[in-house]
Amino acid sequence: MSYTPELMELMKKVEETRPSRVGVNYPRMTPDERRDVLRNFHPDYIEDGFRELKVGVDKGARLTNEMADVFEAYSRLKDVDIDLTAEPDYDVDILIIGGGGAGASAALEAHSAGANVMISTKLRFGDANTMMAQGGIQAADKENDSPAIHYLDVMGGGRLENVPELARALVMDAPLVIKWLEDMGTMFDKKEDGTMITIHGGGTSRKRMHAARDYTGAEIMRTLRDEVLNKGIKVVEFSAAVEIILDDKGSAAGAVLYNLETDQYEVARAKTVIIATGGSGRLHYRGFPTSNHYGATADGLVMGYRAGAKTIYADSIQYHPTGGAYPPQLLGLLVTEKTRGLGATPLNIKGEQFVYHLETRDVASSAIIRECEERGLGVPLPTGITAVWLDSPLIDLIHGEGTIERQLPAMLRQFQRFDVDIRKVPMLIYPTLHYQNGGLLIDENGLSSVNNLYVAGEASGGMHGTNRLMGNSLLDIIVFGRRAGRHAAVVIKDLEVPVGLNLEHLNSYHKELEETGAADGRIGPMLLPRYTHR
Amino acid sequence: MTDQIQKVDIYIMGKKYTVPETLTIMDAMEYAGYQLVRGCGCRAGFCGACATVYRMAGDYELKVGLACQTKVEDGMYLAQIPFFPGRKATFDLEEIKPSTAHFSQLYPEVYRCLGCSSCTKVCPQDIDVMQYIAYIQRGDFQKAADLSFDCLMCGLCVSRCPANIVHYNAALAARRLYSRYIAKPYAFLAERAKAIEEGKMDAEIDELVAADKEKLQELYDNREIEK
Ligand SMILES: Cc1cc2nc3c(=O)[nH]c(=O)nc-3n(C[C@H](O)[C@H](O)[C@H](O)COP(=O)(O)OP(=O)(O)OC[C@H]3O[C@@H](n4cnc5c(N)ncnc54)[C@H](O)[C@@H]3O)c2cc1C
Ligand code: FES
Repeated sequence: MSYTPELMELMKKVEETRPSRVGVNYPRMTPDERRDVLRNFHPDYIEDGFRELKVGVDKGARLTNEMADVFEAYSRLKDVDIDLTAEPDYDVDILIIGGGGAGASAALEAHSAGANVMISTKLRFGDANTMMAQGGIQAADKENDSPAIHYLDVMGGGRLENVPELARALVMDAPLVIKWLEDMGTMFDKKEDGTMITIHGGGTSRKRMHAARDYTGAEIMRTLRDEVLNKGIKVVEFSAAVEIILDDKGSAAGAVLYNLETDQYEVARAKTVIIATGGSGRLHYRGFPTSNHYGATADGLVMGYRAGAKTIYADSIQYHPTGGAYPPQLLGLLVTEKTRGLGATPLNIKGEQFVYHLETRDVASSAIIRECEERGLGVPLPTGITAVWLDSPLIDLIHGEGTIERQLPAMLRQFQRFDVDIRKVPMLIYPTLHYQNGGLLIDENGLSSVNNLYVAGEASGGMHGTNRLMGNSLLDIIVFGRRAGRHAAVVIKDLEVPVGLNLEHLNSYHKELEETGAADGRIGPMLLPRYTHR
Repeated sequence: MTDQIQKVDIYIMGKKYTVPETLTIMDAMEYAGYQLVRGCGCRAGFCGACATVYRMAGDYELKVGLACQTKVEDGMYLAQIPFFPGRKATFDLEEIKPSTAHFSQLYPEVYRCLGCSSCTKVCPQDIDVMQYIAYIQRGDFQKAADLSFDCLMCGLCVSRCPANIVHYNAALAARRLYSRYIAKPYAFLAERAKAIEEGKMDAEIDELVAADKEKLQELYDNREIEK
């Protein structure tokens, strides 16, 4: 057991109150209470964490300081000679940047429509946030549900700031996506008769969360990856894109790639480019720990922005209410929302619940921050931070012994590795930096504001407004990945091989940086965070 | 804080570094000054990028773990195995069936398992790897799929196998075959998908898409929530 004697003592409070909490539902907040707690405690509303962009197409837009830092930076190619007149190293119809779920989905659709496709990805194919998603994927495929009901959840959860057409595409494609994955041999949790087992997630009005145990993203990612490899689609690993190349008309025409192992630059020419580089948790906004994978550094946003793509809600960040807080090796690690979905409740130091366990993520996170910071009712940890309990043993009490083992094997294993048995003792949690709600603006086909430049997945924005619900991201990456792939495959039929390849946009971007002094010598995109010399 | 934390000596590829004892192997490598490129993906036990082999000073036994999920210990000699050249058979899922005849064409080596159990001993997910290989041999794809499900495809099993079996790829093929052909398809899903494709769900949603924010907020705040 890695809890200290002090923590074991505090835990007794949780055990004392547990019998009286079984089967009792804590009241949901009223709409007014929700707005209140958000305004006062959600990091999105804490103004000194933000600044206005000084350069580029969205000059004046508000961004987190950390994101602004990578936007307001010189290109890695500033002093590098790239010969764009020579025969390119790669020459394809569609270049997909990023080998996560969005990239793989785009590749499969484009390939099946006959396009010559290549994926260039920074780490290994599948080293991606997609691989880490545990909880599930939403789709309105039950009789008591419909895309319209799903739509209302998406919009309400997104504070009604969603782009309606994108939200519509998201929910309407959802059952088609589940079908696509089912046909591909994805191992969803099902009943004997084939019915999908679905549960609630934060902010859902119907039980529409589909899962593959608590390895949902991994199961989807490995299936998509396997299929991409089966189709013989070209995948280049440890090859990070660093800039988008434009042609003589200002349309996207490829990218400069950087071989992370040999430090060499390569040129990929393409008729269309799809940015599928995922999120930005590794920028560690406000010093928050993150649940994201190692390569989540907003590269696609930076490249796309320099090439002229507009952003939407790039300042809106999702903090997941249940990040690991203790033991220290689990700091920032995601405790899947399914844990709350199955009935585990957040508790303060007195062992009392203070927020309904299925509030939306933004509200739940804000309530936890309030409990610790304003009310002083957090549990003090030996590492100097405070946290709240998440009463996981409730799950087996509610659903019967063995539920945790069956439904949350990844969670159980991860805590066991550090000597915490979550069937017997509650977890210690605090919000973790989890998801980028916004990104580069796209239309229903995934097209950005730059010609022939598509964006799909977490790098894009609009469909979720300023707060994404659990299970809608795995959905969005496949919906818009497929849409982008399909659309690009049609568009290329009428496109010639691009000519006049250039990186002129970098010169004008650099000029703006010089004039405003905004870059302060910084270089981007980041590619990988540095954790040496902690 | 850091001052009070105990330090331990570890040996990264034979070279000694002194690091705080609370760190994982991955954090310790970074603490020591390594900028990781290979051998690091999710940092959370999901992607299998960080397979690591280690041995404790004075001991002969080789141990394995995921660098992001294993705490350092004093006297640990370690090296990462970030890549293993295992073979993946390519196939068209629509052309094959969950049968031994088909499977033995994809992965013939599976049927040459020597029963040494090295794969099971080495699995950082504690999966009984040899047992799922046995299920595949017997043509029990359901059991193989179930037992292998938590596999992260880190490749450690393959690195130890005297019969050159690529367990994780065989398991993935087994799971896809099981899910495609043995698990029952969800009947209503096909119905719903058809209704959407035929435009039958359009009217209901288009009404909402056209609604103004006030109306939506009201509908949202008063929506019925399934128990
Ligand atoms: C721990 C965790 C749990 C989650 N749980 C859920 C859940 O239960 N349900 C849900 O719906 N969503 C969940 N999410 C969110 C969801 O998983 C992600 O938002 C989604 O998978 C992102 O997919 P993507 O394809 O856009 O990006 P990713 O899957 O992150 O893929 C991006 C890829 O691009 C590569 N890349 C990055 N930069 C470059 C570059 N410069 N050049 C080349 N390649 C590059 C990356 O290495 C990576 O391979 C979770 C996320 C996390 C982190
Ligand atoms: S880095 Fe993904 S399992 Fe360790």
